[in-house]
Amino acid sequence: MSAIELSDIVKRWGETTAVDNVSFKIEDGDFVVLLGPSGCGKSTTLRMIAGLEDVTAGTMKLNGVDMTNVAPSKRRISMVFQSYALFPHLSVEENILFGLKVRKIPRDERATRLDKVAELVGLSTLLDRKPSQLSGGQRQRVALARAVIAENKICLMDEPLSNLDAKLRQDMRFEIRALQERLNMTVVYVTHDQAEAMSMADKVILMREGRIEQEGTPDELYNRPATVFAASFIGTPPMNLINTTTHDGAFVIEGENQTQVLETSLSEVLIGIRPEHISITDDQGIQAQLLSADYQGADTIVNGLIGTQKVLIRTPGRVAINKPLHARLSWNKDNVHVFKADTGARTELINAVSV
Amino acid sequence: MTRKMTRYSLKSQATGWLLLMPAAVFLIAFTYYPTIATLAKSFFSQGTALRPSQFVGLENYASLLDDEVFWKVARNNIIYAGITIPISIALALLMAIWVNGRLPLRSLTRISYFTPTILPMIAVANIWLFFYTPEIGLLDQTLRGAGFNGHNWLGDPNTVLGCIIVVTIWKESGFFMIFYLAALQSLPPELEEAAKLEGASRWTYFRRVMFPLLMPTTLFVMINAVINSFKLVDHLFILTKGGPDNSSSLLLYYIYEVAFSFLDQAYASTLTVILLGALAAIAIAQFVFIDKKVHYQ
Repeated sequence: MSAIELSDIVKRWGETTAVDNVSFKIEDGDFVVLLGPSGCGKSTTLRMIAGLEDVTAGTMKLNGVDMTNVAPSKRRISMVFQSYALFPHLSVEENILFGLKVRKIPRDERATRLDKVAELVGLSTLLDRKPSQLSGGQRQRVALARAVIAENKICLMDEPLSNLDAKLRQDMRFEIRALQERLNMTVVYVTHDQAEAMSMADKVILMREGRIEQEGTPDELYNRPATVFAASFIGTPPMNLINTTTHDGAFVIEGENQTQVLETSLSEVLIGIRPEHISITDDQGIQAQLLSADYQGADTIVNGLIGTQKVLIRTPGRVAINKPLHARLSWNKDNVHVFKADTGARTELINAVSV
Repeated sequence: MTRKMTRYSLKSQATGWLLLMPAAVFLIAFTYYPTIATLAKSFFSQGTALRPSQFVGLENYASLLDDEVFWKVARNNIIYAGITIPISIALALLMAIWVNGRLPLRSLTRISYFTPTILPMIAVANIWLFFYTPEIGLLDQTLRGAGFNGHNWLGDPNTVLGCIIVVTIWKESGFFMIFYLAALQSLPPELEEAAKLEGASRWTYFRRVMFPLLMPTTLFVMINAVINSFKLVDHLFILTKGGPDNSSSLLLYYIYEVAFSFLDQAYASTLTVILLGALAAIAIAQFVFIDKKVHYQ
């Protein structure tokens, strides 16, 4: 029995379909990230789980019980909003205790739980403040505390870190993950930031235009992207997607025409290679031009050209390229992903060649 | 050097005063001078051709205390304010919440609630005069249809003030609704969603979140309502002229009568000073006592 189970969920507003036949299962205690570009239906899916949005078709079960049409308050779900949705006229303490007071939890128990939760998220000294007197990170903690104090097993988070600066976001990622593990909560977390998804999730559900593109562990999404979209969405910089063609019976990169990169080919295919899997060599490998370099500190991203195809190469240390120069690139065939050009789907039927 | 600077600053001072002047002239001519003149006049007797006006000290105020009509009118005004203000504010809030939600023909509903506000009070009074007219009025005809006897609504001292109050509420609540509607639309929808997920009913959300967040609007609307309840007397001219036996007369209407029908400007000034004093006291009290409970974002 899964903590959350969606079967063929559809959401339509008039003519537009926001969520189109989405099904997935989330197991108890998992940290699942709904990932995708804006407008892909991830927030709508989350809001349907919360009950804030009606479901057009399909069923949603929580712990095996059909909850598709149950009021939000009856679902025993907590939620952290992107805007935090703190009540501006209430103090931190009253904000955190709002739900417990509504549910008529006795005063003693409220106080015990408040102490515990305030300690947990580090708000003990700020309980008398109003939300307007807090920094962004502190408001975020209040929202977390309000979600945690209800002791619901399921917690939904809608881009909770998008209003924080980069440094704080990094810290909060670890804190949220630690909190989830400590309280053994089932978390569904919506974000468009693939780095957040990769670092926090047990499982990532990648969505695109209302459908699930790929579902799997961060490792699977990174190392075995199911589609061209998944390949280009995960990783910074994204995977290189290179057009191939046939030249004198050999399967080569468009415009390069000399080096065999595939053993066979069925039809038009793309090959995908991550920038970190391409190395710059002196004597062997495929001919390329190096155009410019972006220094990033630990490594450098080099912009290059193989034939007519643009490629990015991640190379350690600092590399300066003042004017275009010729070089050779090399990669291992195990790091090459092959996709069909027409559907964008991954194929295992075609083998790559190391260069 | 010094002289040059002085000249320069004199010039810039003059520019400053010139810029201030248009506003200052109108403020002084139409606000400060009349207020001070009224206050001064209230200490003098009304002059006639034979007996010129002279300083009488507090004599006007003393006769005010003995004036039965004044007390009756003051009592009327307190009842009038005490009923119209809370009811029109409550109605305004209800209507605003209603038209802020999803309902068919929402714009039409909003407009129809707001219509009484854009009508001039004189027109409103004429419409209601038709409703209240004995025998042939809408009210009487409806009542007769239901088997009740007709009633002279505006002619009966027991019902006339009530009739005036109904007209005022009808006119005012649509106006206040607009302020509440604007305030409601500035509330982030996530607050209601968060409250919902926490298990709050609509009433709990209203009581714990929505109403407290609307307090700045409520304060503003309340002050306006108080001022209007003393200021708005246009409908009396059409509906009752304060009668019968002053039972529907309000302070401002009485002041008008004293000044322009009885031509006693000195006594009218005295009444005006009392009215101004009362209004100022109420406004200050509202700010001092209610402001502490208001959360401004």
